[in-house]
Amino acid sequence: MNLHSVLIVAVVAIVTIALRFLPFLIFGEKRKIPEVILYLGKVLPYAIMGMLVIYCLRGITTGGAEAGIAQMIACAVVVVLHLWKRNTLISIIGGTAVYMVLVQVILG
Amino acid sequence: MRAVSKDTVKKAFTATIPVMTGYLVLAIGFGILLKTKGYGVGWSIAMSGFIYAGSMQYLAIDLLCGGAGLLTTAVTTLMVNARHLFYGISMVERYQNTGKKKPYLIFALTDETYSLVCSEESVKGIKEPKEYYFLVSLFNQSYWVLGSIIGSLLGNIIPFNVEGIDFALTALFVTIFVEQWLTAKSHVPALIGVISSVVCLVIFGADSFLIPAMIVIVALLILQKELL
Repeated sequence: MNLHSVLIVAVVAIVTIALRFLPFLIFGEKRKIPEVILYLGKVLPYAIMGMLVIYCLRGITTGGAEAGIAQMIACAVVVVLHLWKRNTLISIIGGTAVYMVLVQVILG
Repeated sequence: MRAVSKDTVKKAFTATIPVMTGYLVLAIGFGILLKTKGYGVGWSIAMSGFIYAGSMQYLAIDLLCGGAGLLTTAVTTLMVNARHLFYGISMVERYQNTGKKKPYLIFALTDETYSLVCSEESVKGIKEPKEYYFLVSLFNQSYWVLGSIIGSLLGNIIPFNVEGIDFALTALFVTIFVEQWLTAKSHVPALIGVISSVVCLVIFGADSFLIPAMIVIVALLILQKELL
């Protein structure tokens, strides 16, 4: 148990919590929410999910080509499964299973 | 507090199953790694309880071992977790009037929890949306804390090869992206999100593309509102 480690954990926690609370503190319960925030609230989820997908796949730019191809194939499987069955669990389990086989058996 | 209906609990649990898969694996990995650096189960519970941010917790292990300065720690956290500002902005309206649950709902707004509560479709057919938001948030963090504990205590005796199972979280985001694509009236916001992120990833690289991408996304979304 050392103090510096405790402080590092505390700083990470405080900054993370502050980032999560900030928008709610600025646009609180009582004040009227500005038009532009209401608009962003409606369109941001679509843009953010796109951003998160790219965020998850960001390793493709630095990792090896093989890992990148495995991720692209598995993502394609998820998309096809979802368009076909429209069942979240099937899409996720199917895509993850394909990815695990690719990285463990074929690349492993 | 009013009792929550079984139906809401069941729906919330079902929605979080994909997150459970990914979180357990990533949190077990986190617990193992932290343990190998000499920080035991108390540390992993504290970090998963109070920080509760996946990739940042992994990074925090490096900061701990390297004895990083507090300012460096703060700036790193700011850069990595700035995307949480986004989640808040888009949940301000939906989390209004959630009463005593609100502080926890805000605290527990991770990437994965956000992805399960962010759109109007996500609470379609849910009779008690506030309770649903709360349960989804709570279930998700339980998986994360549980995984951290398992990793710290039993990490080295996990018998089967789980390499690649963390793809479940990528798959979750892809699934939600496709689902939103199928139900959205306009594809412009989704395209703005993907294209801005790809362009910024190419220009700024994997470690620092997120903040420029966020700025470009907000700017383009506002611009398209003005133009259309």
